[in-house]
Amino acid sequence: MTVWVSFEVNGGPVDVEVEPMRRLADVLRDDLGLTGTKIGCNAGDCGACTVRIDGQQACACLVPVAQVAGCQVRTIEGMGAGAPGAPAREFADLGDLQRAFLEAGAAQCGICTPGMLMAAEDLLEGPADPTEAQIGDAIAGVLCRCTGYRKIVEAIVHGVVAHRSGPAHPSGDTRPDAPGTRQPAVGARLAKVDGIERVAGSAIYGADQPPAEFLVLRAVRSPHARARFRIGDLGPLRQRFPGLVLVLTAADIPGQNRYGIYATGKDQPALADGEVRHRGEAVLALVGDARTIEGIDDADVPIDWEPLPPVRDMDAATAEGAPLLHPNVPSNVLISGRVARGDVEDALRRSVVSAEVDVETTFVEHAYIEPEAGSARRVGDRIELFVSTQTPYMDRDEVALILGLRPHQVRIIPSAVGGGFGGKLDLSVHPLIATAAWLLDRPVRAIWTRPESMAASPKRHPSRIRARAGADAEGQLTAFEFHADFDTGAYASWGPTVANRVPVHAMGPYEVPAVLATTRAIHTNNPPAGAFRGFGVPQAAIAHEALMDDLAAQLGIDALEFRLRNALRAGSVTATGQALRASAGLPACLEALRPHWASWRSATEAWNAVQSAAGGPARRGVGIGAMWYGIGNTSMSNPSTIELGVDRAGGLTLYSGAVDIGQGASTVLVQIAADALGVPADSVGLVSGDTDRTADAGKSSASRQTFVSGNAARLAGEDLRAQILRLAEAGDGSTISLGNGRATVIEPGGGAIAIDLAELTPVRATDASASPVLLGRGFFDPTTTPLDADGQGHPYATYAFGAQIAEVEVDLELGTTRVLRIVAAHDVGRAINPTQVEGQIHGGIAQGLGLALMEAYVPGRTENLHDYLIPTVGDIPPITCLLIEDHEPAGPYGAKGVGEPALVPTAPAILGAIHHATAARITRVPATPDRVRAAIRAIESAHAAERSDRADLTS
Amino acid sequence: MGSYLRPTTVTEATEALARAREEGRPGTVVAGATDHYPGRVVRVVRVVDDDVIDISGLVGLRRIEEVGGGWHIPALATWTDVGTASLPPMFDGLRRAALAVGGRQIQNRATVVGNLVNASPAADGTPNLLALDAVVTLASARGERRVPVADFVTGNRTTVRAVDELVTGLFVPAPDSGARATFLKLGSRAYLVISIAMVAAVLAVDATRRITSARVAVGACSAVAQRLPELEAVLRGMPAAPGIGETVRPEHLITLSPIDDVRGTAAYRREAAETLVRRALEELVA
Repeated sequence: MTVWVSFEVNGGPVDVEVEPMRRLADVLRDDLGLTGTKIGCNAGDCGACTVRIDGQQACACLVPVAQVAGCQVRTIEGMGAGAPGAPAREFADLGDLQRAFLEAGAAQCGICTPGMLMAAEDLLEGPADPTEAQIGDAIAGVLCRCTGYRKIVEAIVHGVVAHRSGPAHPSGDTRPDAPGTRQPAVGARLAKVDGIERVAGSAIYGADQPPAEFLVLRAVRSPHARARFRIGDLGPLRQRFPGLVLVLTAADIPGQNRYGIYATGKDQPALADGEVRHRGEAVLALVGDARTIEGIDDADVPIDWEPLPPVRDMDAATAEGAPLLHPNVPSNVLISGRVARGDVEDALRRSVVSAEVDVETTFVEHAYIEPEAGSARRVGDRIELFVSTQTPYMDRDEVALILGLRPHQVRIIPSAVGGGFGGKLDLSVHPLIATAAWLLDRPVRAIWTRPESMAASPKRHPSRIRARAGADAEGQLTAFEFHADFDTGAYASWGPTVANRVPVHAMGPYEVPAVLATTRAIHTNNPPAGAFRGFGVPQAAIAHEALMDDLAAQLGIDALEFRLRNALRAGSVTATGQALRASAGLPACLEALRPHWASWRSATEAWNAVQSAAGGPARRGVGIGAMWYGIGNTSMSNPSTIELGVDRAGGLTLYSGAVDIGQGASTVLVQIAADALGVPADSVGLVSGDTDRTADAGKSSASRQTFVSGNAARLAGEDLRAQILRLAEAGDGSTISLGNGRATVIEPGGGAIAIDLAELTPVRATDASASPVLLGRGFFDPTTTPLDADGQGHPYATYAFGAQIAEVEVDLELGTTRVLRIVAAHDVGRAINPTQVEGQIHGGIAQGLGLALMEAYVPGRTENLHDYLIPTVGDIPPITCLLIEDHEPAGPYGAKGVGEPALVPTAPAILGAIHHATAARITRVPATPDRVRAAIRAIESAHAAERSDRADLTS
Repeated sequence: MGSYLRPTTVTEATEALARAREEGRPGTVVAGATDHYPGRVVRVVRVVDDDVIDISGLVGLRRIEEVGGGWHIPALATWTDVGTASLPPMFDGLRRAALAVGGRQIQNRATVVGNLVNASPAADGTPNLLALDAVVTLASARGERRVPVADFVTGNRTTVRAVDELVTGLFVPAPDSGARATFLKLGSRAYLVISIAMVAAVLAVDATRRITSARVAVGACSAVAQRLPELEAVLRGMPAAPGIGETVRPEHLITLSPIDDVRGTAAYRREAAETLVRRALEELVA
């Protein structure tokens, strides 16, 4: 049944013939092509689809299109001064709020940005200087997973002010170059090079631009954690649904039906072959027109299930006689990791004080607002995928294996990525859409639903940690012993990375003479646990920081001072025997925090005294967390190649295979390349990610793109500069400008040499469609050495350091925790773009806060964004960033990474603050209200027992 | 998909519901639709084949109005309407709930009545409506009837509404519109949170500051939100003075039956509910 519905969109009339109950979001996107409205959950939980209906914000995913008959609908495409109904394209076209978002760095991945901007328009009608609470109330319905909201709030304040001050906009130009001069781009707060399309809603994400005449694919997934199954006769299904073009099963996979991150660990089938190992595993895929595929219920598909008792947890997995997940993995132990140095037992025995802690963490979901999505099309004997990914080259090789093709037959074109955080390092839609498109020779698209995304994608590893540490009377650490078991779920994914990375970092950023750190990654019938911002180090940090607090308290030493005494610094030797030569700025971070720490601690103690006297239930506390993090792969080569080409007209293009997942890699690489070449950053064009057009820059993970690809971009810029200077026979002090078919070199003395670019012979670049006449190429692979059996070696070329302090308020009676403020000091070597560095810190803190207080993924139970809680705008406190720049000699302009480091110390700082406030040490996260209250009760009853014992003694 | 009707009069709507009943295909009534779609997305975005009667076109059922002896909250009144209407202090609890139901996107379209009829144990409106002694008006081709909220919701997602009945609105009696009200909601994050426990309370006080009526309801701690009649009886006649929270005893909450789930343990819920009741009372006498 369809009806005609007439309404206005962005001021223009629209008539559509639709099913009346279709969601407005689908009509806007699919019928009207307005894909600036994003769909993150289809349940009203995330707000990404926020539009305005008759001036009021609404989730377009929850509005029957028939209800907007006669209404005025406003979408992101209506914002700004672009052509009616078309998104703004130039800075000058942007509206006040959009400009403010761009300038403040309020859009990272950009998937929530259109919804956030739509919601923020409420404030244009309110007071001229909205309070933080008013801003929060207006935008609370939109979840952001990248920014930690602080820069969004800041941008809204600026945007409202600009809106009030009338049509005379400030120039808004954040680029530092006045005509004829060139300021260094490195260190400048440049707006994102891909920012305008994000605030305009025109960036193309995985679900936004399907190829013509595409078919839709949807996987049918296991409702069981462990089962055998048999697919029945599909004849009746095909008969009932004539639009069903293909039913894909394991037997249809043309190549190898096994994939996985490590060459030795390819254990995950694209489609399960007779046995499923976790709930949500794909068993077959339905391909056809959208209507048909939407109309088929899982129950319509003939699958005979034989459920088997699942291996639910690590205890069950390692118990005698436990079923093996994979026959080649004895005892279900996928891998073990180990770092050993000195005699820990002896050192512990001789320690003046020692402390012990048990930590337990659970599955954490990435909860990027963009679910996995993409499309595939066959082009002759090649397959092309347009897909949301963090790692195009690994995708290319995996898809080639699955299709039985050679890697060069696969082209991966990354879409704009609506958040990754490690979760888009594994294959998602790729193998199935590629197989279907290959077999059918027709374009195929898949978009995961939110529940599907949560059930099928990898998670942060649950962990069980036991750790002990000792110190001498002077407060020097003497020994550290650590063991962690990680539930790596049904398949290996990035489990080996966690098992290898954690022992190196287990003792925290401290110099400890005797260390024994061991880990195991254990298979269960849980969802695969893989890469998630920090690769297990955030879990380990909860343990080592609890121990530092405990040891400091036992010795009567201030907790910050204790960390400072033991902090790794230049000249220290790590537990893997690596001497740190430079850029180990933890002492500077701690010193920077010290004034805040001292004043906050005394202020909260005074505040608590008042509360206590008044009988109030609230107590405040301040905690500290410190961290270190090796940049790049652990003891493994992780090279990057970047190209910088000049075309005949003098146009400059950076060919970067480093995918920008919102963290800002593209902007950072442009800034670095521009400075290395010596040209303005806004003269550098960008081709990003496409495996046909860029060289392999490695994956966007392990906080490596600024350091590794940044070096490659620097070398590419320097290479190009050297070539141009050589052609001009000019010295290194000369300046270069490009344009009008010429490269012009001006020597320090003022003499100008013009090179006619048309006269140069085109050179070969990775991008066969380009014909640069000059091409700079940079290659960088950080220097590491393998770890021996005791984990001794140089696993990383450089390390990031940082420390954070958090103030919390705990309600003793309810166990609720509110974080009041955070100061974060991070040694980033050099802040290539301080706005983006702050953005990474804010975002890392938001995820660390979620880990500490609210996030718990339970398979089958929290597969949506209202049962799985991530922080909202109201949960993130004001954050002060202190950027410590301890120059890294091996880094581009001294820079290191910051993406993961920012998350690591947050949970420890919050948990330490809860302890300071309540005396309760929470070691099982998330510290939900019931757990905090239970811990407080335990202390209360211990005190009560003590009192009654005393009373007994005195009576 | 099934059929779709967007009636413009209540009669048209009730006749359609009657027809659907006769045909043995009860229709789904949709107003703000904010619970309609999420309830139907399990693992897949399926084409839903419900027959829908979309009452959002019944424009006469939107305005919250004072009527004889109380207030009328019609079926299409949204949470934003409650938040912005000029209502006496006895509605302060419901007003607070209006700001706690989802984000503004939801508040702008979701209706108070829909929240009640959907009958989630964690519905933010229900404890408030219980504490307000609200009465549900149901219309059908067979006539009209009125049912107190306490009798309307019968269980998790179940009500006494017959399949041919339309809830046209709520009547909130206001004999003592000077009463004060509050609503305390407990969750694990600042916004967009499904309650772990919640308490609504309405307190009326006489000139000597003695409590003339106390109505206290707890939500998310049983399949249906519950009033606490024993506590209310104890409170009646007491001076409205600080320290009143001490009146609350665990046995006043004995009829609650909280569950263990991802949001909290049963024991925690019970204790937290008691704390919230105490705090609600203290707030109202402060």
